[in-house]
Amino acid sequence: MSQSAKTLLEVSNLTMRFGGLLAVDGVSFELHDKEVFAIIGPNGAGKTTVFNCIGGFYRPTGGSIRLDGESIEGKASHVVARKGLVRTFQNVRLFKQLTVLENLLVAQHSLINTSLFSGLFKSRAYRQSEEQAQARAAHWLDLLHLREFANREAGNLAYGLQRRLEIARCMITDPRVLMLDEPAAGLNPQEKRDLQVLIDLLRRDYNVAVLLIEHDMSLVMGISDRVLVMEHGCPIVTGLPAEVQRDPRVIKAYLGEE
Amino acid sequence: MFSRVKTALFAAIIAGVIIAPVFGLQITRVGMATTIVPEWNMIFRGMAIVFVFHLIRPYLAKFIFKPKAKFTAPVMGDKGRKALTFLLIAIALIWPFFSGRSQVDIATLVLIYVMLGLGLNIVVGYAGLLDLGFVGFYAVGAYTYALMYHWLGLGFWWALPCAGIMAGIFGYILGFPVLRLRGDYLAIVTLGFGEIIRLLLINLYDFTGGPDGISGIPKPTVFGFPMARRAPEGETTFHDLMGWSFNNQDVVIYLYMLALVLALITLFVSNRLIRMPVGRAWEALREDEIACRSLGLNPTGIKLSAFTIGATFAGFGGAFFAARQGIVNPESFGFIESALILAIVVLGGMGSQIGVILAAILLTVVPEIARGFAEYRMLVFGLVMVLMMVWRPQGLMPVKRPTVELKA
Amino acid sequence: MSDLLPQLIQQFFNGLSLGAIYALIAIGYTMVYGIIGMINFAHGEIYMIGAYAGLVTLSVIGVSSGLPLALVILIMLLVAAAITAAYGYAVEKIAYAPLRGSPRLVPLISAIGMSIFLQNWVAIGQGARDMAVPALVTGAVQIPFGDAFVVNAPYSRIMIIVVTVVLMVALSFYIKYSRMGRASRACSQDLRMANLLGIDTSRVISFTFVIGAMLAAVGGVLIALAIGKLNPYIGFLAGIKAFTAAVLGGIGSIPGAMLGGVLLGLAETFAAAYISSQYKDIVAFGLLVLILLFRPTGLLGKPEVQKV
Repeated sequence: MSQSAKTLLEVSNLTMRFGGLLAVDGVSFELHDKEVFAIIGPNGAGKTTVFNCIGGFYRPTGGSIRLDGESIEGKASHVVARKGLVRTFQNVRLFKQLTVLENLLVAQHSLINTSLFSGLFKSRAYRQSEEQAQARAAHWLDLLHLREFANREAGNLAYGLQRRLEIARCMITDPRVLMLDEPAAGLNPQEKRDLQVLIDLLRRDYNVAVLLIEHDMSLVMGISDRVLVMEHGCPIVTGLPAEVQRDPRVIKAYLGEE
Repeated sequence: MFSRVKTALFAAIIAGVIIAPVFGLQITRVGMATTIVPEWNMIFRGMAIVFVFHLIRPYLAKFIFKPKAKFTAPVMGDKGRKALTFLLIAIALIWPFFSGRSQVDIATLVLIYVMLGLGLNIVVGYAGLLDLGFVGFYAVGAYTYALMYHWLGLGFWWALPCAGIMAGIFGYILGFPVLRLRGDYLAIVTLGFGEIIRLLLINLYDFTGGPDGISGIPKPTVFGFPMARRAPEGETTFHDLMGWSFNNQDVVIYLYMLALVLALITLFVSNRLIRMPVGRAWEALREDEIACRSLGLNPTGIKLSAFTIGATFAGFGGAFFAARQGIVNPESFGFIESALILAIVVLGGMGSQIGVILAAILLTVVPEIARGFAEYRMLVFGLVMVLMMVWRPQGLMPVKRPTVELKA
Repeated sequence: MSDLLPQLIQQFFNGLSLGAIYALIAIGYTMVYGIIGMINFAHGEIYMIGAYAGLVTLSVIGVSSGLPLALVILIMLLVAAAITAAYGYAVEKIAYAPLRGSPRLVPLISAIGMSIFLQNWVAIGQGARDMAVPALVTGAVQIPFGDAFVVNAPYSRIMIIVVTVVLMVALSFYIKYSRMGRASRACSQDLRMANLLGIDTSRVISFTFVIGAMLAAVGGVLIALAIGKLNPYIGFLAGIKAFTAAVLGGIGSIPGAMLGGVLLGLAETFAAAYISSQYKDIVAFGLLVLILLFRPTGLLGKPEVQKV
């Protein structure tokens, strides 16, 4: 697990306040190229809020977020996504009535030919673009073993497959940073093992850095390069998985959890 | 058993209270005085019907509604859809040669509503935007032609593209600020816009002719040759050119044919759009806007495209309306029109083009046939809307979504 | 003495009485939206039916019945309220209750259908044309200002303001201190939770519709008495304007509906007086668009954060 020293994502002193509630209080960390960085903590620690701030769904009350040196805090979510930062959601957000294939095609919207006229008359450029989009989709379907479900409605898939599709959908946009919000939730042990292999493959072969929120400790310990622990919106400790696991502050925060 | 009687009794009393002030005690003028004419049997009949209905309701549920699940028509697939579409187009092509003048005239109206329905179908059915002010764009299209004729003397063929473009511009400008609003709010704001357009048309008397509107709008020419019995100074009529004798029927057929061509173009464009990336984006946006944003899709831009395209279709329909009627006035562009077009889309099954076409036919033809019951037309219309939503919100004829298939 | 002050006072008075009506109707919209998150499109028609119910009651009693005026008006209000309560209850049970949980568009279309149905229901039953309402309350308070302008405050309009204020206060107390009021506040905050806690949400929802309907009925009767005529189509415009008022004050907030109603009434009256009376309806729509664009939560509403 070699790590490039290049910093892809830099979060400094991030704060998010909702009226009287301080959900995130001074979170800072760096995400390096090809790194897997996990954010863990008890429920309500503010982890998803951090994701929402980074992803542009909330406008942070304070702090800065830099993607590849460029400031993105407060930018709209679709703008941030186009810059290469995509995410999955705690409750899988697929386009349920669209087929698996169409989910992957829609995800490529910003990459393909969307000109109205070439589409209306099926110009050569348009047809080529559509073929390429299908080819890219096929690639990801094969990689994630979803090919046989390609023409099925996404909402009809088994839960584990839906989660895989969500990740495929993210990856097809050719991102720099992949944020996974509790990707192991609801998966059986075999699926969790597959997920771990998948994350490793993605960061190795597809040049993404992975930011991960997780509760499943074996997954976190198994795949992460570094871990940040949060509680009540505050960062407690950042470090290597083994260190963090032994840290007394972390154990205290997690009292009763694995 | 007893509780059912109680419910039935309660319902019957409510029914009585409801019927009484409207149908039970009718206010009539007798000479100078106003008196109440009690219609007790209306009240009692209504109460009795409601009472009985509630008593037998559980039995109804068992025998009428459950089997419905088994006998629901299977969802029509791709092949069926194509076949039906071709059948309808074939009928449309031969229609004018097998029916009388008034039937062709009604058919032209149907075609106009098909255009409007397909336009709103994109906005509501595909992009999922609740637009209650669609009539505004219809009005813009109609008035563009009317005003271009009135102030500039321009004919149909100049006005048609302008009508579409003007309506599209209105769609863009009006859509821009409001498309980020949530569902219900968007509905009311668009309703507001529709009303504002109508009020402006009424009040800008000097420009638009006010409540009287603009009249004398000409029918489309044939390559510049007017189709009329007698041509204006210095021009030849189309019939003179061709050496035919003039027949009023020909004008109607000509207009019908033009409308058919435009409707087919609308159908073609709409058909293509939903299979293109933009159409997929509309559907994705309707399903989950947040997921769209997380993938880099700009929701406002996508919504705007649906809104603008829908408005453009409405504009074309409006120009045709002006040509067919010869007169435009603000009366024709009230909220009830928006509701009617919405009903066409909903009845047809949102997102289904063939459904929209059938619904347009149904909702235009039936009121024409039932002319004698004109008073009850709107009452039934409202009732049907409620019943459709309660019993069959997916539309009269649900059609399988056209999907992109993975080529092996 | 300049005419400006008395004219302003006159317009202020007119605006206040108009605003009171909007407030009465707006409460219905805001309460329903607060609990089930839908716009009751047919609410404007309930207001119209209230007006007709009042007129029918008056016709039954008879204009020259010899009963004291206050009693006649009270009976009109009570009967109209009772009738519209039935309407509100029935509309909810028929057109909305079966659709709970459906995608947004479905109950909205059902509501539109119900609105069209009710308009024509009354149009067929009582006639589509304008109907005259006997002028029961005549006379006005006249406040002279110098020898030019006289502020004219008709008793019928004073009555509107007074009745509205009384009802607003009564409603506020009821919502605050009664069991049903507590239950409805709980439901408007979290319907599912309230249900899980054992509150009969069906009943609360019906109650909401009924109360809204009754208030709208009072508005209908009072305005019919003040203006002197009605027709089956007054509900559409009044409904949209009242909805604007509800949004202006903050949808879901009852004090907001009251505030919004008054503000809209004033805005519309002043616009009619000082800009143009033809464009006064555009004022209402324009205001609606502006609020929704720039402050969709309204004046007294809380800004909402969308959960991702």
